[in-house]
Amino acid sequence: MSVSRYAFAASAVVLAGLAGLTAATGDVPYPDIPKGQGEACVADTEFMRRNHMSLLMHQRDETMRKGIRSKQHSLKECIDCHAVPGSDSIAITIEDPKHFCRLCHDYAAVKIDCFDCHASRPERKVVAEARTK
Amino acid sequence: MSVKTNIPPATKTFDPARRSFLGSAVAAGIALAPGVFLYGIGTAKQVQARSLDEAASSSVRWGMLIDVNRCDSGCDECVTACNTENGLQGHGRPETDAQWIRKIELRDPASGRQNSLPVMCMHCEDAPCVDVCPTGASFKRPDGIVLVDKHTCIGCRYCISACPYKARSFVHEALHDQKTHAPRGKGTVESCTMCVHRIDDDRQPACVEACNSKGGGAMLFGDLNDPDSEISKRVATYATQQIRADLGLNPGVRYRGL
Amino acid sequence: MTVYSEIDGTSTKFRALAIVLGGVLVAGLVAATYMEHFGHYVTGMSNHIVWGAPHVFAIFLIVAASGALNVASIGTVFGKTMYKPLGRLSGLLALALLIGGLAVLVLDLGRPDRLIVAMTTYNFKSIFAWNIYLYVGFIAVVVVYLWMQMERRMNRYARVAGMVALLWRLILTTGTGSIFGFLVAREAYDSAIMAPLFIAMSFSFGLAAYILVLLAACRGSERELGDVIVQRLGRLLGVFVAVVLYFTVVQHLTNLYAAEHIGVERFILLDGGIYTALFWIVQVAAGGLLPIALLLRSPPSDRSTSSRRVALACALVIVGGFAQIYVIVIGGQAWPLNLFPGMEVRSTFNDGVVASYTPSLPEIALGLGGVALTGLIVLFGLKILRFLPATLANSSLDPKMLHESSH
Repeated sequence: MSVSRYAFAASAVVLAGLAGLTAATGDVPYPDIPKGQGEACVADTEFMRRNHMSLLMHQRDETMRKGIRSKQHSLKECIDCHAVPGSDSIAITIEDPKHFCRLCHDYAAVKIDCFDCHASRPERKVVAEARTK
Repeated sequence: MSVKTNIPPATKTFDPARRSFLGSAVAAGIALAPGVFLYGIGTAKQVQARSLDEAASSSVRWGMLIDVNRCDSGCDECVTACNTENGLQGHGRPETDAQWIRKIELRDPASGRQNSLPVMCMHCEDAPCVDVCPTGASFKRPDGIVLVDKHTCIGCRYCISACPYKARSFVHEALHDQKTHAPRGKGTVESCTMCVHRIDDDRQPACVEACNSKGGGAMLFGDLNDPDSEISKRVATYATQQIRADLGLNPGVRYRGL
Repeated sequence: MTVYSEIDGTSTKFRALAIVLGGVLVAGLVAATYMEHFGHYVTGMSNHIVWGAPHVFAIFLIVAASGALNVASIGTVFGKTMYKPLGRLSGLLALALLIGGLAVLVLDLGRPDRLIVAMTTYNFKSIFAWNIYLYVGFIAVVVVYLWMQMERRMNRYARVAGMVALLWRLILTTGTGSIFGFLVAREAYDSAIMAPLFIAMSFSFGLAAYILVLLAACRGSERELGDVIVQRLGRLLGVFVAVVLYFTVVQHLTNLYAAEHIGVERFILLDGGIYTALFWIVQVAAGGLLPIALLLRSPPSDRSTSSRRVALACALVIVGGFAQIYVIVIGGQAWPLNLFPGMEVRSTFNDGVVASYTPSLPEIALGLGGVALTGLIVLFGLKILRFLPATLANSSLDPKMLHESSH
């Protein structure tokens, strides 16, 4: 009985070590994020990276419950600006790993719930070449 | 888990001047096409174009008046318009495909008299679907429009059981390429939104617009709280009914000629 | 002083049962994943019948859960000493049934990933929201109740815990019945009698489930179970079945009297096809009248026959119970809404038409998965903790109890 207990503990330590090693050596490359089409109209990039989820959570209630549809915080505008074209200039959807949201969300392994319901590309679909950093 | 964030000023502010153009255009009463006018939105005086940053107000109560006598049995322009506007795709599965508005054919067995009318979410003042929703996802906006907040909907379908008008549908499959103005997704409940995205943009619901341009001109949309609106004047003049008025729900959709 | 002990849990029988139940549970989980991934179009449920086989299973399990706790209440709250040794198993079964039922309910949601939302965002006008609190609270209440019963130092608080549990489950079952009773829109539901009907059903189904589990547990662990207890429980079940029949009669008679409800009553009682067959043959005859005939006559002198008779009656009650809930939940939804009283209607959305429904395999698998979960909780509960008395033979009973039982 005590042998299996030690074996369990040992394997747990080894696995944890391996996981840490993977993170340290960085097997997953940092994504190459394309710039949006327009000017930043909500807040600067660093702020948005850390807080866009809070803005979305707050704004969805404002729009849904109160009917406030200010353009500055409109999801449609975000998607319009951050649309990434495919090889045929048609904006790609969330299914494509190069979708703007997926680049970081895949890297951070955070599931996106929005696009079960929301369209992940603008209505007008044809998009000019996205600017790179 | 909401984080109070102080949003720093944007690097480029949004131009409000764009908004005012739309407002003045509606107030003047624009023509959609030769001879076809925006129908029933009322006089210029009463149109208070709600700005984008303003919340919906309870001083307004949106409603519809449907003249059954003008509704033709063979016509379903309202249904087609709704499906197109909101991106309702049929999947060849009538039992589970969504239907937000439908035409009902009525027949009085005693006299044989037949009627046809569209039925959609009645946007009740005292909506049972709002009462029964466990998470509060089914709610009523201050201006009377009953909606489903898909962010909070868990898909329990209790509201579908509770609705006396069978107005609600459940999304039974994964959806793709939804309309940007009408988000809808698998596992949530949905129903007629009275084209809230259009109303907030001072336009008419798609069904009303289609009926008046391509159908029998049976549908009228407007503010029931405004005594000067076309709809209020007609409701005050002619006999109108609500479906299942006995339930005491005070629907916002009324019918004339039932 | 009753001696409780864990069951051995190493026999082939035990292992085989665990594997079978485990397999059914896995099948249920696979079904739930399948339904969630593809969407509900893969099931038999539709926009017209939104609650189907999973809900029939879930509601049965939840209703039975509340009633299964009755046995413990009779012992601790009402002081009937003969029932006291039965209390711990009663608590375990109540817990297991509720968890099984809840699991099915949650896994059938359109967005089960939003369970956290469901548990933190409440619309208190909704009876469904209240039920979420009541169900989760029931788990806590029963755990505390079991602790009071099983921890010797806490035994003096068992009565209070029992009373809290009793009140809690009466409110819970009233809430479950009211989920239907509060729906004005549906002719088959909108009625104050749904709540007491559900209470009566809970007493009946819960006790039937308890007796079967008790018989199986004692048989499986080779512990003696005297016929005094089995007969006593069986007679009580007979009374409960009669009460359910009573409420069913009142429900339908009242509806028949009102002209506006003749349509739905005709549908259920006469020309509803499967619903009519289930109602008369399975619910009333097999699940009601036959068990009463079996349970309320004087028992045969042969002990094993009498136990088998009680077991048969319990099985019939459970099958009849499933039929009753099927007729209520699905039959009630199949009957069309009456938007235009007196008029004939036709539309592309099944207006005026009786909705059709066939349970699909994923739905049944999910429902059975819930039952399997219940079974596994009971099975391993009996093995890990001391829920089952070492013996329930007639001779182990206090002569006082025997005197009580003859009244």
